[in-house]
Amino acid sequence: MSTEGDLLHVVTADNISDQRKQFGKRIVWGSAALMFFVVALQAADQTGWISIGFETWRPTLYAYILWAICLCAGQVITRGEHGKRTLFILPATLFVVSMVVFPLLFGLIIAFSDWNLASPDGRKFNGWDNVRQMWTDPFYWNAMRNMVWYSLAIIAEYAIAFGLALLLNAQIKGRKFFRVAFLLPLMLSPVAVSWMIGKSMLENRFGPIARILREIGVDKPSFFSSPEIARLMIMLMDAWTYIPFMMIMILAGLQAIPKDLNEAAEVDGANAWTRFWEVTFPLMLPVSITAILIRIIFKLKLADIIINVTSGGPGGATDSVTSFIFREYRDRSNVGYGTMLAMFYLVVIVIAMTILIKAADRWMRPRY
Amino acid sequence: MTDQIFHDSDADRAFRAKRFSGRIVIYGILILWAFIALFPIYWTITTSFKMAPDVMKGNIVPYWDYTPKWLGWRSLGLSPDTIGNESTVRAEFLKRFWNSTIISVSASILAVALGSCAAYGLSRFNYKFGFMRNSDISFFFLSQLILPPVVLALPFLVLYKALGMLDTRIGLILLYALTVLPIVIWIMRDQFGSIPSELEEAALVDGLSIWGAFLTIILPIALPGMVAAFILSLVLTWNEYFFAALLTSSHAKTLPVMVASQTGSQGISWWSMAALSFAAILPLIVIGIALERYIIKGMAAGAVK
Repeated sequence: MSTEGDLLHVVTADNISDQRKQFGKRIVWGSAALMFFVVALQAADQTGWISIGFETWRPTLYAYILWAICLCAGQVITRGEHGKRTLFILPATLFVVSMVVFPLLFGLIIAFSDWNLASPDGRKFNGWDNVRQMWTDPFYWNAMRNMVWYSLAIIAEYAIAFGLALLLNAQIKGRKFFRVAFLLPLMLSPVAVSWMIGKSMLENRFGPIARILREIGVDKPSFFSSPEIARLMIMLMDAWTYIPFMMIMILAGLQAIPKDLNEAAEVDGANAWTRFWEVTFPLMLPVSITAILIRIIFKLKLADIIINVTSGGPGGATDSVTSFIFREYRDRSNVGYGTMLAMFYLVVIVIAMTILIKAADRWMRPRY
Repeated sequence: MTDQIFHDSDADRAFRAKRFSGRIVIYGILILWAFIALFPIYWTITTSFKMAPDVMKGNIVPYWDYTPKWLGWRSLGLSPDTIGNESTVRAEFLKRFWNSTIISVSASILAVALGSCAAYGLSRFNYKFGFMRNSDISFFFLSQLILPPVVLALPFLVLYKALGMLDTRIGLILLYALTVLPIVIWIMRDQFGSIPSELEEAALVDGLSIWGAFLTIILPIALPGMVAAFILSLVLTWNEYFFAALLTSSHAKTLPVMVASQTGSQGISWWSMAALSFAAILPLIVIGIALERYIIKGMAAGAVK
């Protein structure tokens, strides 16, 4: 997409009177002033300088919303047609900034403080103590290592998804049925999945899978007592839910490949195996990388299944970072330390994803 | 009597046999995977009609090796003989179901409304906010996808507490809209990019304002994409557990939180858990079967450029 110049030019000439401009500016600054006034008032009330008796910080929220509306209206009033164009993007930007940037900054403050919601002491700064504690917390690093394992499982998921997409793309009858059937696991909530599979089908005594294993001759099958098998089971459950996602992206890519390329290769005498590796797979590389990157992003959020099936056990062997922090809060109400762990995780993710994306970019566009 | 005169040569017959066996392998794998994908759902449905001995014996096929009973559904208050009576469990279930519905539908509507406008603006105009140009703004929106929920969870917990928004629907709605917004923008940007800008040019020349052109001409064309984005957001927000578990306690609790809280407390009463799980996933199964086309369209957007 070209980024030079608007695709649509302004065709109406605006005649915006000075008075109107003045009015627009006045409501924006006026509402901003009101917002700061309310914030100052509430802050004063909070610290006890004056006593008005605010129950919550709601008034600040309302003042902020009023300012946001005035800012949007002010754009149109002062800038006319150009303002209307800004109005397309402004609400979403304000929404994201207020919902992400502000909490992140706030989170940074929390991360460097000792704050336990259960204790009556309230928040106090403790500098780098949380970082030092994190550095020596074996369970956190264990969870990090688990995330690497979980992410590596994506390679197997990708292979299966690619195979299924190839089959769905072949000349088969009942394609719609298979497509719907393959898609359904993705629709189910991870919580339901963790009961349906993790708690009932993988139950040690009555579950169908344990029964089959006993038929085969496995003595006392158990799925969540040894660390390796438990981790594998979590991987399998997560794969079961998310393979359809990759499959559909790859299928869309396969359908976009023109048929004549494969036909030409066939005429030239390439067999199916060579055709796949020399034609289909290279053409699918960009789609594959997109699918894998998005899948990694989703994988890094993995938590629901772990929280509900193993709650991290045995001995933290299945913990993901998210589920570890969840328990850190649930069991100990340790907001300060939990936030520091999450912030560090974010930094690691951002660095890792940047490297991955750069590497993928380099690999997809080789220098000829 | 007519004898067949022309025969396929042996070489051709071998080819046909090979092709035939290939077909069998393909259908074999397809059916195997369909079984893997569908069996847990089947297992949940049938378990909800079992009684304790059926569970112990591991019966699988109804009517053949056990007689279905309404036990599980009775404990939810949804079986035929209890549907008329008062039931606290059913009231609780319906309340959670209603919460989930309101929260996921409103969050999806909010995300689609904000996301469509932003995606349209980004696909048509050049913005400059300080150093931020169009590609930077797009990246800013899409990069939210990387943000793990756990980073926002604890700050929001504290913020919502200060704002008195803990355990309210509106709090969850805002947060959910935020989490699906990048996906909506991704899908919609793709959708608007495929609509030629000559359409708006004609509309602008005919005297419509830019918002008029957007609302009356472009949105109807982009409707399939919006539906796809909406359905995808609906699925993601309906299933969300992490934020709901942290930020709600009694009033705004959603269905996944209820399902999760039942798992521990009821021990091995499988039939009622199965009924509850199935009731929680049923709306999504219906959506998945009925609107499969849109879901696939939504997920395929952006995969192919």
